[in-house]
Amino acid sequence: MLQLGHDQLLGAYRRMSTIRAFEERLHDEIKTGEIGGFTHLYAGQEAVAVGICDQLTVDDKIVSTHRGHGHCIAKGCDVKGMMLEIYGKADGLCKGRAGSMHIADLEVGMLGANGIVGGGAPQAVGAALAAKMDGKGRVGIAFSGDGACNQGTTFEAMNLAVVTKAPAIFVFENNHYSEHTGVDYAVGTAKDIASRAEAFGMKVWRANGCDFFDTFEQFRDLLEYVRAGNGPAAIELDTERFYGHFEGDPQRYRGSGELDRIREERDCLKAFRKVVTDAALLTDAEMDAIDDEVRILIDEAVAQARAGADPDPATVADDVYAEYY
Amino acid sequence: MAVMNIREAILRTLHDEMERDGDILVLGEDVVGGNGTAGGPEAIGGIWGTTGGLWEKFGPNRVIDTPISESAIIGAAAGAALAGKRPVAELMFADFVGVSLDQLWNQMAKFRYMFGGKTKCPAVVRMVYGAGMQTAAQHSQSVYALLTAMPGLKVVLPTTPADAKGLLTEALRGDDPVMFFEHKALYGVKGEVPDGDYRIPFGQARMVREGGDVTVVACGRMVNFSEKAADKLAADGIGVDLIDLRTTSPLDEDAILDSVEQTGRLVVVDESPPRCSLAADIAALVATRAFTSLKAPPEMITGPHAPIPFSRVLERAWLPSPQTIEGAVRRTLAFR
Repeated sequence: MLQLGHDQLLGAYRRMSTIRAFEERLHDEIKTGEIGGFTHLYAGQEAVAVGICDQLTVDDKIVSTHRGHGHCIAKGCDVKGMMLEIYGKADGLCKGRAGSMHIADLEVGMLGANGIVGGGAPQAVGAALAAKMDGKGRVGIAFSGDGACNQGTTFEAMNLAVVTKAPAIFVFENNHYSEHTGVDYAVGTAKDIASRAEAFGMKVWRANGCDFFDTFEQFRDLLEYVRAGNGPAAIELDTERFYGHFEGDPQRYRGSGELDRIREERDCLKAFRKVVTDAALLTDAEMDAIDDEVRILIDEAVAQARAGADPDPATVADDVYAEYY
Repeated sequence: MAVMNIREAILRTLHDEMERDGDILVLGEDVVGGNGTAGGPEAIGGIWGTTGGLWEKFGPNRVIDTPISESAIIGAAAGAALAGKRPVAELMFADFVGVSLDQLWNQMAKFRYMFGGKTKCPAVVRMVYGAGMQTAAQHSQSVYALLTAMPGLKVVLPTTPADAKGLLTEALRGDDPVMFFEHKALYGVKGEVPDGDYRIPFGQARMVREGGDVTVVACGRMVNFSEKAADKLAADGIGVDLIDLRTTSPLDEDAILDSVEQTGRLVVVDESPPRCSLAADIAALVATRAFTSLKAPPEMITGPHAPIPFSRVLERAWLPSPQTIEGAVRRTLAFR
């Protein structure tokens, strides 16, 4: 059994609960029509983002995906700033220019969600090469899905990381769907993305991404290996996406009863709660109290975002360059 | 002042700046050259001779040979820049922008804006471009117009050793992504280079000569062709204002407009096909902003709407030449 202190466990639960509440609230709020564009929800995969990011420092860099809200919250982005951003408001984390798909907060080492599947992997290698120059054991992490594992950028990035012995970590969240296409069809090495990374010459780990404790432990070993200067590594997490590819996706590709089954059998929050209460590490009352606090936080975030000021149209061409003329 | 060629000016600038700033790193294909071979690292020292000796001096963490993976090269530069470094990525040929475009266009160019101005991406991408050496359709192109059209990127084209130093230094000290174009036929051009700290601000064109009769706007190797044309014209008493843009983004609009207001005649010379080109861009600038000054229609001297061919004869037919530039200048003067 993983040896995590009371506060660490409670903190992990708070972050997972925050991601779940954030996403479920967005699922409802999007129906009001107040949020434009594309939103891809992370609910179901919380144990991955939190199990990994809880072991990072602010100086470790992550690059995220189009399904990035969970990575942002786990890495420490301000939840209210994120909500304002998703509503496109002036006080959003990125002044309303990013929306859901491009949120970044460099101050917490979150180098950006990405609208291009596979776009981030080479950037994580760049962050890892920067870390290697500094020689302080920091790492660069690319979150990718089973979709991005088919992009050439991901292949190029893995090989570049191996040949340069960069402290890069490739996290493959296999939620079984590349947009609306099944992983069994789209990934030639069906059900096994880690073996691809292995073929590129790096050490790999595998974990149940719906189990916080398995994810945490496997990643802890991986992180120790990479921080020690052994070069890059990869981990594949078997996880579940509770919603569609994007909000509005009718999910006609799902099997009958599939969503009910994964919510029943593979909910990482339920599983976490069972483990920690069975082992008498946390009480239901403690976690219920966190859920209440999170609900208030999300209520406030939505209220603030709805009331937030729009960006000034006069700023439309600001910040393209640090300095131009 | 020391006399050197453009190749030496670039290598020396990279060396001096890397010595000054420990955050600068260089990465690209064969920038060290020879890694994993019997010849050993530095057997090549960069195929253009612009990175030789840097590996030995600054070590493998700062001078990185990459596999042939242009998306990863540019993407790694983008990520290293976000992580606080100053990467200099080399594309062996500018044509390989095609392989790495997403990392330039959707990523590097947009970070600062998308992220609400809260980050900078000080990456320099050096790329070798240009026709004239029979390198055919996929190794000869001048893709600066494509990148000039992308908000977030700066585009730089030195034509002299002094400018190579001044513009590269400026690129390495700025906080924006810079596309640094090096013409393969200009590497051997010699000239005096100022000693010590020397920076040329972007967006300031170089007035190569002032003649007052016709404005000729050019960049890259087309500046050298235009000088030859201007020499011929001068012998006939025709004076050319020759403007070397130095940077196409930002663009020194004032230099162009001020000159056209005096001459009333514009010839733009552009080593690329004509559609959506720099020539078209500058002709539009002058037509919309200096219409009443014009005494003749602007002339666009470009290649044809065709890829660049291999045959020496066909390649010459594709390229603008001092003769075609001279002819255009005479046409604008003959217009009534």
